Amino acid sequence: MNISVELHQTDLLTVNGIIKGEIDAFTAPTLREKLAEIDLKENLQVIIDLTDVSYMDSTGLGVFVGFYKSINASNSHMELIGLSSRLKRLFDITGLGEIMDIQASSGEVKIDETV
Amino acid sequence: MKPFDYVEIRVPAKPQYVSVARLTISGLANRVGFTYDEIEDLKIAASEAITNAVQHAYSEEEDGEVVIGCALYEEKMEIMVADHGKSFNFEETKAQVGPYNESEEISFLREGGLGLYLIETLMDEVKVHQQEGVTVFMTKHVGIEQVDGNVKHISS
Repeated sequence: MNISVELHQTDLLTVNGIIKGEIDAFTAPTLREKLAEIDLKENLQVIIDLTDVSYMDSTGLGVFVGFYKSINASNSHMELIGLSSRLKRLFDITGLGEIMDIQASSGEVKIDETV
Repeated sequence: MKPFDYVEIRVPAKPQYVSVARLTISGLANRVGFTYDEIEDLKIAASEAITNAVQHAYSEEEDGEVVIGCALYEEKMEIMVADHGKSFNFEETKAQVGPYNESEEISFLREGGLGLYLIETLMDEVKVHQQEGVTVFMTKHVGIEQVDGNVKHISS
């Protein structure tokens, strides 16, 4: 199991990110490093697609909290999109769902294969 | 006959093995008969405890091991995670762990902030034991939240 993080600067003030895979103790540092590469500046919009994130725990939440702090400090904006109901729930039960700009995926609940 | 099947997993105290243990627990939970959502809850809760153990063991010595004991009952699963790398007598250790209160020095568990909170939220019962390392004991019952959803219709 691994993680892939793609970042595309689509215009001067927009960065689109796509994260795929599992975010846990092993992969979270990779995600943190990748997000730190974004050159944050005023009014920058960072939109991160989590549609293909099949697993996440507090290590992942920690990365997003850290990134969210940097975002706020630089007056940029972060939006998390495509969250499965599982991921949405994780943000909600920790109270982060009310603080961050989060969009659940519009489609049906994605059922991952479970062993 | 013992009232439960016992499976013990030992992994090196390294972050890359957290997902291995998680997958194993997912398989065991499936065996017990948990729903998809319950299994996802178990995966997160167990990962939180294992991650804590890995990070704790990491700061102490490099070649530690994390021991994860899983007791599979008819309608519940107990998971015990210890960061000291020694095998335990499941029942004996289980008897030693007790409820903790907020003021106890389990601050390391809270270091990451949300780990213990998630375990408490996602599991039915959580106990922590601190003696030569830390042991987290947690229980989840099948269908405790969605009883109605588990009612089977005989005729259709």
